[in-house]
Amino acid sequence: MATDITMPQLGESVTEGTITKWLKQPGDSVSKYEPLCEVATDKVNAEVPATVAGTLTEIVTGEGQTVEVGEIICRVAEAGEGADHEKAPPASFAEEEPPAAGKERAKSDADAGDSSMKRRYSPAVLRLAQEHAIDLEQVEGTGKGGRITRKDIQKLIDSGEFPQTGARSEAAQKAEKKEEPQPAKTGQPAPAQQQQPDVQTEPGDKEVPLSSVRKTIAQRMVTSKHEAPHAWTMVQADVTGLVKLRGKRKEDFKKREGISLTYMPFFIKAVVDSLKEFPYLNSVWGGDRIILKKRINISIAVATEDALYVPVIKNADEKSILGLAKAVHRLAEKTRAGKLTMEDLSGGTFTVNNTGSFGSVASQPIINHPQAAIISMESIVKQPVIHDDMIAVRDLVNLCLSLDHRILDGLMAGRFLKRVKERLEAYGPDTPI
Amino acid sequence: MPVISYIEAVTQALREEMQRDERVFVLGEDVGVRGGVFRATAGLIEEFGPERVLDTPLTESAIAGVSIGASVYGMRPVAEMQFADFIMPAVNQIVSEAAKMRYRSNNSWHCPLVIRAPYGGGVHGALYHSQSVEKIFTGVPGLKIVTPSTPHDVKGLLISAIRDEDPVLFFEHKRCYRLIKGEVPEEEYTVPIGKAEVKREGTDVTVISYGLTLHFALKAAEELEKEGISVHVLDLRTLIPLDKEAVLEAVAKTGKVLIIHEDNLTGGFGGEVSAIISEQAFFELDAPVRRLAGPDVPAMPYSPPLEKEFMLNPEKVTNAIRELAEF
Repeated sequence: MATDITMPQLGESVTEGTITKWLKQPGDSVSKYEPLCEVATDKVNAEVPATVAGTLTEIVTGEGQTVEVGEIICRVAEAGEGADHEKAPPASFAEEEPPAAGKERAKSDADAGDSSMKRRYSPAVLRLAQEHAIDLEQVEGTGKGGRITRKDIQKLIDSGEFPQTGARSEAAQKAEKKEEPQPAKTGQPAPAQQQQPDVQTEPGDKEVPLSSVRKTIAQRMVTSKHEAPHAWTMVQADVTGLVKLRGKRKEDFKKREGISLTYMPFFIKAVVDSLKEFPYLNSVWGGDRIILKKRINISIAVATEDALYVPVIKNADEKSILGLAKAVHRLAEKTRAGKLTMEDLSGGTFTVNNTGSFGSVASQPIINHPQAAIISMESIVKQPVIHDDMIAVRDLVNLCLSLDHRILDGLMAGRFLKRVKERLEAYGPDTPI
Repeated sequence: MPVISYIEAVTQALREEMQRDERVFVLGEDVGVRGGVFRATAGLIEEFGPERVLDTPLTESAIAGVSIGASVYGMRPVAEMQFADFIMPAVNQIVSEAAKMRYRSNNSWHCPLVIRAPYGGGVHGALYHSQSVEKIFTGVPGLKIVTPSTPHDVKGLLISAIRDEDPVLFFEHKRCYRLIKGEVPEEEYTVPIGKAEVKREGTDVTVISYGLTLHFALKAAEELEKEGISVHVLDLRTLIPLDKEAVLEAVAKTGKVLIIHEDNLTGGFGGEVSAIISEQAFFELDAPVRRLAGPDVPAMPYSPPLEKEFMLNPEKVTNAIRELAEF
């Protein structure tokens, strides 16, 4: 086995040396540390010793030739066995190595489908995109993880053909922030606070700065209205039996439980039981899919003087009328006391809105984004109607449903409402609760 | 144009300036009879005599102190620190006296002196013969710090340094001394202090460097061209005063910046360059500014494999540039 002998480092700053004389010739046997040749550098003259014992087999660098430190000058065939522990260390440590050729590029095939960096925009890319109104969503990136590089943008600009911004609405971008805890929603549409409308103030007008809750309400209303295509439908239910039941039980109930018996728990119960039959009503729009929620968490709208909150009754399907009544009472109390926590406000899957409490008979609620639908229970009003082919005075209530038409069509919404109506109408004066 | 080595450029500049100006003299350990341990002052004592080529005691504080005194008196001393590693005993003189002379005397006095010092590793010199010390001085206002990488720049900048009216630290990478050769004009010329130079034009990644690592960058750029990666290489040449305009211009070329130096990463001059880039060229950036530098270990190891690990080389530089190009 031949060992390469290289030009040694013969002093600091020395990078090359000239072989002045070979002291051994091919075929000569050499012992370890025996001088092989003489070398001259611009600083010193020295001998190059053999790093192994053996036979000089080949002279690579002839006399008078100048080679860089680390280059092979000759080869020595090692004597005997046990060659491995005698393996020559490189005589030089300082030469630069050529960059490894053919190193595989990181951009392998496996990398091609990766788009994890697609929306990581560098300052340069953002600046160029804004200066030229380029819609980055529609640009293909060639960088790592699909990142759009400055060069990608520059190429588009140079070509003069690029996707313009403006196609996507502001609300659509906002909508990407999903499932945030919601301090407020439902009821009447609130003004968008994003744009500054051209409003003149006149003497005597009073300007009210927006509270953070009001700002959030405004933003969420705009988000929902812009993103979800609202459809609206209403049915009327005859709740004469329910009214009688409540009239009969409310004093007892108050005495026993310490809280008033309202219609709200009955409404919620009818809704929850119907949601189980129609899981699409209890779902969330996921962009490229619809997510049917397993848990049924009912958001209820609770108004205060200056804001509207939608605390959540978790696992409402596991609660009885009494349990729901207590949950509604507890959340309403907490809301009025300003003690709602994030936990109270998050996780809702469907909203029940009690607009009837302030006398409304019909409303078009805004969906509690990103839920699929919202129902509002209007005032129960005594009306003359045809009942059993006779004119009778009955207690009627309107159930208004707003639905996200991306998720639901009118048919399923109608069937759902029908079931809610049937459940409410099934109550009689003696129904056990 | 004749091709000469990096160290020959030093000698030429010294000789020509000593011929031109009688006030110029050199001093240092073994610079006279021995001609310098690296032979940078070879032949000078024969030509100019022992009064202008002073062999000093092994006392760097005295070498610096004598130079300061002489320069204030009107001479043009060019002091040699045998190794940049040995500059430490002279730091007080350099930082507290030379750097502040003009300021504290309200322009009445100044120090037109040059301190030359071979720095850097890769020569199997271990702890006391391999250090990069530029970062110790880059934060000291009042000093000019020059770090050339080619014979042309060495000669032109050393002449400028000798003619400069204020103290200049002239750091020569000792590995470049005999490794780097290049064309140098026969006629007299200077290279201005404080001007960087684009050593290679490119469009994908900007490399900012100086000294030995600049050559690694050029070598890497050559290699990467075969892969279709176009590298822009800026040679700072002078660290202080820094040519900020050239830096910002080079950043704007590609938006991806790799700063390379052999000095340790932490506190190395690359941090300052990086800060300037993020402050003044943020909207040009297409990738985080990257630094490739010597590791934060106390000294250059003597063990050959460890020295190799410490030192940068074209392969490490190539990989770093490629990574940025692909970002």
